[in-house]
Formats: sequence, C-alpha cells, structure tokens
Amino acid sequence: MKIFVCVKQVPDTETKITPKGDGTFIETNSIKWIMNPYDEFAVEQALLVKAANAGSTVTVVRVGGVKDTEALRTALAMGADDSILVEAEDNLDSYMTAKALKGAIEKSGNAPDLVLAGKQAIDDDCSQVPQLLAQMMNLPSVSVVVGFEQNGDTLTLKREVEGGAIEVYEVNKPCVVACNKGINTPRYASLPGIMKAKRKPLEKFSLADVGVTQEDQRIKYSEFKLPEEKPPGKKFDALEEDNQASIVKEVVGLLRTEAKVI
Amino acid sequence: MAKILVFSEIQGDHVKAVSLEILGKLAGHNVEVAAFGKIPEKGVQDLATHGAAKVHSLSGNNLDQYSPEGYANALHSFIKENSYDMVFAGSTSLGKDLIPRLSATFNSGMASEVTNFVMDGDNFAGTRPLFAGKCYAKVEITGPKPHFVTVRPNALGLADAPTSGAGESAEATLDAGELRATIKEIIKGASEKLDLTEANIIVSGGRAMKNADNFKILDELANVIGATVGASRAAVDSGFAPHDMQVGQTGKTVSPSLYIACGISGAIQHLAGMRTSKVIVAINNDPEAPIFTKADYGIVGDLFKIVPLMTEEFKSLLG
Repeated sequence: MKIFVCVKQVPDTETKITPKGDGTFIETNSIKWIMNPYDEFAVEQALLVKAANAGSTVTVVRVGGVKDTEALRTALAMGADDSILVEAEDNLDSYMTAKALKGAIEKSGNAPDLVLAGKQAIDDDCSQVPQLLAQMMNLPSVSVVVGFEQNGDTLTLKREVEGGAIEVYEVNKPCVVACNKGINTPRYASLPGIMKAKRKPLEKFSLADVGVTQEDQRIKYSEFKLPEEKPPGKKFDALEEDNQASIVKEVVGLLRTEAKVI
Repeated sequence: MAKILVFSEIQGDHVKAVSLEILGKLAGHNVEVAAFGKIPEKGVQDLATHGAAKVHSLSGNNLDQYSPEGYANALHSFIKENSYDMVFAGSTSLGKDLIPRLSATFNSGMASEVTNFVMDGDNFAGTRPLFAGKCYAKVEITGPKPHFVTVRPNALGLADAPTSGAGESAEATLDAGELRATIKEIIKGASEKLDLTEANIIVSGGRAMKNADNFKILDELANVIGATVGASRAAVDSGFAPHDMQVGQTGKTVSPSLYIACGISGAIQHLAGMRTSKVIVAINNDPEAPIFTKADYGIVGDLFKIVPLMTEEFKSLLG
C-alpha cells in the first residue's frame, strides 16, 4: 500500500502566544515547533498499516515554513520512509494547504491507497484540511477517527461524535482518515530511528510547483490580539473545615444573585 | 441583499440551539433555514421566532442518515438551486465534518468556528480564537461564493428580543449521489447529556480527583445543576476519564455560562480550552494554582469536602 500522512508543524502547546505588533500574525521567532499532536496519531496509524501490509511505504507530506523541520524529522524518526516539504508561510489558509497537499501527492507520482492526517491542527484549529483534501482528490473521508480496522480493501472506522457516541463507518480504500486521540498510542522515536531519519529522502517543492497561487487564498486574517483579561475574581479560604459550609453557601448564593448563571 | 442559509440540525423535538443563536445575529437579513429530516413543529416555531423567513425540510434517498458525501452532494445542489451567497452552520460534530467538504465542492472559502461576527451590509467579518483561544483574530472570506461559516455553540448567545420571520415551511427532495463512506452502526455514548461543546454548565475534574471512581461526586453535582462533566488532560491521561471528556488544547474548547473546575491546577493548555466560559468557579487546595487567576469565584479547599457541600447547597437552592 502507498500511504501518505499529512503533518503540520505547530508551536509547542506550552507556548505563550504573542501577537505581532501590526496584528498580522503571531511572533514566531522564539517558538519551539513540534509536530501537531493529532498528526502523531496519523503517523503511528500509517506505521501500523504498513506493518500489516507487506511492501507498503509511508510518505509524510508537510506544507509550511522552513525555520525548523521538526515535524518531518519526527515522522521519519518514528519510521516513515520518505518526506515531501512544500515550502510556504506558516499561516497559509486551509484551502491553500489542502490544494498544496493534493499537488504534492500528485507530484510524487504515486496514487495513494490511504491518506492519513490529524483531525485538526492545534494552531489555527480549523479542522478543515482532511475533508477539503478528500473532496479535492475525489476521495471519501472519515474524520475524528478513534478506531481503525482493516480487512483487505475495506476499512471499519470509528468516528467520535457528540456525547462520546461512535459512528461506525465502512469505507473502501483509497480514502482519507483524520485521526483523533484514542486511535492508537504513538511510539517514541528510537535513537537508531533518529540517526536513520537523517539519511531518508526529503523532496522539496514551492507552492508554484504544486499548482498553488495567491488566487487560491480564501481566508484573510488580521487583528491578531490576546483575549481580554478578566478582572480578578473573589477568592475564599476554605481550608479549615469549620467555615467550609458557610463559604460554599456564599459562593452558591453569589452564582445566583451576582453572576446570575443559576 | 445577500441571501443567507443557516444549515440546522434536528435534535429531538426541536433544532440545535446554535441555529437560533446564528439567526439572532442575522436580524435584518434575508435568512432561510434548512435541515435534513422533517423539522418538528417546535423547531419551525423557534426558527421563525428567531427570524427565519423560510424553513426547508430536506429529504431523499440515502439521506435519512448522515454521510459526508451524501449530505455534501445534496446540499450542494440545494444551495446552487436557491443561489445562497452565504451559508452558516453550527460548529458541531456534523458541521465540522460536513461544511469543509461542502465548501470544497464550490471551491469556496470557509471560516471555522467563529465566536462572534458582524455582517456589514453583505460583508462578513468574524472573530475566531486561534491556538485554542490563546489569541483571537479577525477573519474574512474571499474568493468565489457561497462563503461558509461555522459558529461555536454557546458563543453568540440567544438574542434577548429576537426579530421574528415568516417561518414558511418548505420541503425539498434531494439526491445523495454516490456514497463511499457510510455509517453501519451507531454506538451510543455513556452520557445522555449535552456534549461539552454545547453544554451550558460544565463541572470538570483534574488530577486531584485521584481516580475514576471519585468522578461520582462530580456526576452528583452535575445532575443537580444540569451540567455535563468534563476533565483535564491530566485526569484523562491518568485514566480517570475518557478522551471525549477532555477540555483543553488537545481536547474540546468550551464556552459554557458556568464552568466549575474541581482539582484542576490550570495548565496553559487547559486554560486555553475554557477561558471563554462566562463564569468560572475553581476549587483547589493549592492557593497558588494558576486556575485561580481565571476564576471569578475561587474556593481554596479540599474538593472532596467542598463539592458534596456544593451539591447539597444547590439542591436546597433549586429544589
């Protein structure tokens, strides 16, 4: 099987976000970049499918900035075979990203049997790219997948919806699967894996190479700013047992009379 | 004037509240609503009260149940036929899956999960959180129409005095086209309660809950005040709660009216996921816990003492 995994490089979840002075994006100079956490599940799933299907290859594809290549290096160190980077800004919109991924997959010359991605990137949180890519490539897609079983050409996929309910899909490959936490437990890259990754192929394209132009922009962002800080709240010391009941009574009362939420 | 469609979802004998929130924000515009299935009378009434000029019930072969391709194909032809310029939907499980696919059938742009927006004449400008709410940005859509927008449930709120619309009922029969990914079975969730993303009140537990069993005291509080129970990443990773209960940057981003955080220290990733809650109550025995910086009401104390007391207090208040 020919398996493609779409990965994004995002700021570490510990990052304190600072909007740029002109509000056009965030400051990216001192950011520690990581692979989008949901994409780790996609990489792991690709490696599991590869292990179960002799002769399979896993190609990771990323669209984004070149300041660091942490996401691709991690995927290769985990065990992916080769990688493609489409060089672009870090804040490309979902439509351009999906179109670039489609172009890169086509450029590779291999028709995919399976395209895996994370269900959302934790930077712009759009949850669009896997579904856009599927529609652009005329493939079926299932998103927010927490269970993956393969039986020949047929996949049985568990999609998590509201309230923890599960929709069980059946779909034939090729298809696009957007992975959620719970689908597997991503492996850590081993030291030999990290060493090997350095010699694995990395193909680079520009946006123009993969057929994406400024005309493809669909979303314009501006006025990046921090959320408004709330004024400090009221804090009650209820460490001593004798005043706990009265404090709870007071807070519950305030929720009704002051905050008016009960 | 822009012709606007609000794509809605039926929930029991009514429609999802986020549709009404969106309608309220679109007062003064020409807005129609459509949902798959026969929209119940109560739903049609609510939609009319909040400004819907027309309410379309959509049906057809293979459209009784959701499928990404079937719904996208059917809505594509419905939107084209009626020449809508803009399509709004709730950022629900279904909306998040469907609307991107639908937007791509038109090669159109989509703004995901806005928490506020204005229509200046025919021009849409939204506000949306990024980096799980660590910052916000203005979002606009360019390129071919129709333009698509999903809206986070509970973010806009219902209009205080909604402008009503005619609410004329209509029906359309649509074609699902070829379906490749289809649902074979639906496994119900453990909880019959509203999902975290739609809940009006959330009671959440952290690592200090110590084990899964102890979440019972949160369930008891939640039952009294009609809340949904959530958890921090620390609690989920420790196996106290399933991932679909996780609030935060790698879980769900929520904005209920009331968020009660029990034994949650307040890691940056958790705060990002719940800071837009209207009122936050924090219970923690560490007076220095970062959660207190975001709390409207902080109680420094042992959650195993405070939570049961709170349950009793709410019982007598609401009983």
